[in-house]
Amino acid sequence: MSNELEFLSRYVAKGKLSRRDFLGRAAALGVSATFANSLLSSAVRAAGPVKGGLLKAGLQGGESSNVLDPALNLSQVNFNFGKCWGELLVELAPDGSLDYRIAESIGSSPDAKTWTMKIRKGIEFHDGKPVTPDDVVATLERHADAKSKSAALGILQGIDSMKVNGDEAIVTLKDPNADFPYLMADYHLVIQPNGGKDNPNAGISAGPYKVTVNEPGVRYGGEKFANYWQGDKLGHADQVEIVVINDPTARMSALQGGQVNMINRVEPKIVDLIKRVPGVTIQTVSGRGFYPFNMFCDTAPFDNNDLRMALKLAMDREELLSKILRGYGSVGNDFPINEAYPLFSNDIEQRKFDPDKAAEYYKKSGHSGSILLRTSDVAFPGAVDAAQLYQQSCAKAGITIEIKREPGDGYWSEVWNKQPFSLSYWGGRPTQDQMYSTAYISNADWNDTRWKRPQFDKMIITARGELDEGKRKKIYRDMAVMMRDEGGLIVPFFNQYIDASGKGVQGWTANPAQEMCNGYALALCWLEA
Amino acid sequence: MSATILKLVAQRVALGIVLLLAVSVLIFVGTQILPGDVAASILGQSATPEAVANLRQELGLNDPAYVRYFRWLGGVLTGDLGKALSSGQDIASSLGGRLWNTLFLAFWAAVVSVPLAIILGLIAVRYRNGFVDKLISGLALASTSLPEFFIGYLLVYFFAVKWQIFPGISTVYEGMPFIERMQAIALPATALTLVVLAHMMRMTRAAILNVMQSAYIETAELKGLRPIEIIRRHAFPNAIAPIINVVMLNLAYLIVGVVVIEVIFVYPGMGQYLVDHVAKRDVPVVQAVGLIFAAVYIGLNIIADIAAIVANPRLRHPK
Repeated sequence: MSNELEFLSRYVAKGKLSRRDFLGRAAALGVSATFANSLLSSAVRAAGPVKGGLLKAGLQGGESSNVLDPALNLSQVNFNFGKCWGELLVELAPDGSLDYRIAESIGSSPDAKTWTMKIRKGIEFHDGKPVTPDDVVATLERHADAKSKSAALGILQGIDSMKVNGDEAIVTLKDPNADFPYLMADYHLVIQPNGGKDNPNAGISAGPYKVTVNEPGVRYGGEKFANYWQGDKLGHADQVEIVVINDPTARMSALQGGQVNMINRVEPKIVDLIKRVPGVTIQTVSGRGFYPFNMFCDTAPFDNNDLRMALKLAMDREELLSKILRGYGSVGNDFPINEAYPLFSNDIEQRKFDPDKAAEYYKKSGHSGSILLRTSDVAFPGAVDAAQLYQQSCAKAGITIEIKREPGDGYWSEVWNKQPFSLSYWGGRPTQDQMYSTAYISNADWNDTRWKRPQFDKMIITARGELDEGKRKKIYRDMAVMMRDEGGLIVPFFNQYIDASGKGVQGWTANPAQEMCNGYALALCWLEA
Repeated sequence: MSATILKLVAQRVALGIVLLLAVSVLIFVGTQILPGDVAASILGQSATPEAVANLRQELGLNDPAYVRYFRWLGGVLTGDLGKALSSGQDIASSLGGRLWNTLFLAFWAAVVSVPLAIILGLIAVRYRNGFVDKLISGLALASTSLPEFFIGYLLVYFFAVKWQIFPGISTVYEGMPFIERMQAIALPATALTLVVLAHMMRMTRAAILNVMQSAYIETAELKGLRPIEIIRRHAFPNAIAPIINVVMLNLAYLIVGVVVIEVIFVYPGMGQYLVDHVAKRDVPVVQAVGLIFAAVYIGLNIIADIAAIVANPRLRHPK
């Protein structure tokens, strides 16, 4: 059956069979439309990308205050444009494995403390100079400088020393870290000539496109870099353009009107409407971002694990997922990791809504009176509604939740990480170690659940230095179970990245690492001829 | 006579400057009482206490408010609007292009809306209380009553999505060909026109109708002049002062009131710039933009006053 379909799909790719006929045949063979479509797109991909032309993206998340310096990249537009012109040491492949870029290979000493990166030869910067190990070390130095404002400073703090040895860059860490290669995939660590120390905003690296237009908050443009080291693998269009469109309605109308070929951040509530628009394809991928309800484990009344348990059991995750995210996400299990992470154990029992058990725990906790939950529109889209739904499900277990709606201004400085029970968001991190080290180790600045367990800290550090993947996976499983049953974190759901592509856009390759094919949508896609 | 006018003009300008100074104090105070901390807002969810402290020090936020006010005022008077806190860019240079874009949009909206409003007003007077008058007034009032974002979305829906005649996003950039630029601003300019049209049209109609009650109009009618001639030669010149006033008010609106339209159509003007920086608590930018908006508003009002004085002999020769 699938042989016949594959044969037909190649016919479609060559233009000898219409798409509609193909889908009809597929349906007759009892194949779901989704599968048939994916078969079709892989056939089109195999037929080869169409070269040339102009590809445009309309993106949310750009301000006139942005600069090109990758160290200061925080919002989506800079992130996506950075992937057009920048090149990293390694990238995350869609399956979560490493895709070696400027680094040809990365090897470690047995103690996971000294890491040797072999720098690929023959890669050229946009200004014609070759990429050398010195540029790599200079880049890391710039981001690791304690005075730098680089967003990657945190992950580079563990570096003790760096040196160049022939065509290798050698990094020695203070403490073992088996995740080091993954850290190098951080999107801020764009390799720049002399590390960008001369002019961090020059926009020169070794990516598939050269920067031609840089109008912060308005638009960005790039033209194909002729000497791109991966040749035709990335960067099919001659020119790419990003138009900053922060208004969701304007973004959607620009896609429908054909002024842009792809957009990011489609609101879950309009996805079902957009699906019906001809030519528009919704592109979703499960990410690592989640929307937590944070309780401080060291502040009354949340210092009582029975009460924490009651509050966890009183959450109807399925309802929240379907009503707040319209199903575009997956339910959480009260620890910050999901299947999008490497080394995830999928055999941990899913926590379910159980008002009776919640009532039991609540009684055991001895707490009485209402519990104050703080929320705000800025915590995440739909955070106020989510709090209200939670209030209702808690009521079924006899727990009274009082909701306080805080102003969006100052939510991150006055409420989050300051008040004992509030809603928030986390964007996820490339590895489990990163996520745990950022927010769930005792002395972390952002320990927003005040989860302070020496035993847990020890597990994080052991796992970090463990090169045996089987053993690491086991430790991470134990940590997940511990957090799930004792932690201060309630996770209703993990979100999905929802993007959309317009008529004739081919080559989209979903990547759970980030939205827009991990930022490579403009470089990966092409327009059907 | 000219000395009197000069004196009047000088008075207005002086008054304008005093007003502008008062506004600058208001803007400064206003931005000071915004909730939240600039440093914390810039750093967002990723703010550590040390980073916030470093940034506050660097931005000079630890000085008392009046010191910062006079430092700022001194800078403004010497043409230095300071640097944006969030990006470190020079405000004056990044504002220049934005201001020009806003003026460009306002100019074309004015070129369409002002003559249109006045001509429609004249026509409404000519056929007053008839079907044409009611139709014009009704349509103009309807377009004004609709909120501007709704008009914007309606235009986008029909002209950009359904019929795809004009682009729904109006991104313009330097070096853009003139024709493309005009296409890009077609929808926002139309939306602005619809928003300001009725006010000017109604005022024109009312002002001329007022004059039409005068005895000399009756004389003109008795002379046998055609109605449209009477309006053009006798009524309109005498009704010009209130018309200029309302036109100037609306011109000011075209420049300072376009925030919503700019956001909807993603037009890179001052409004969008202001919104971006308010969200980031970028106080120097908010102050600079606020001051420019105030200057435009006050400036256009002075022009309206002066034009009214020049057009009106009674104001030219005060008793």
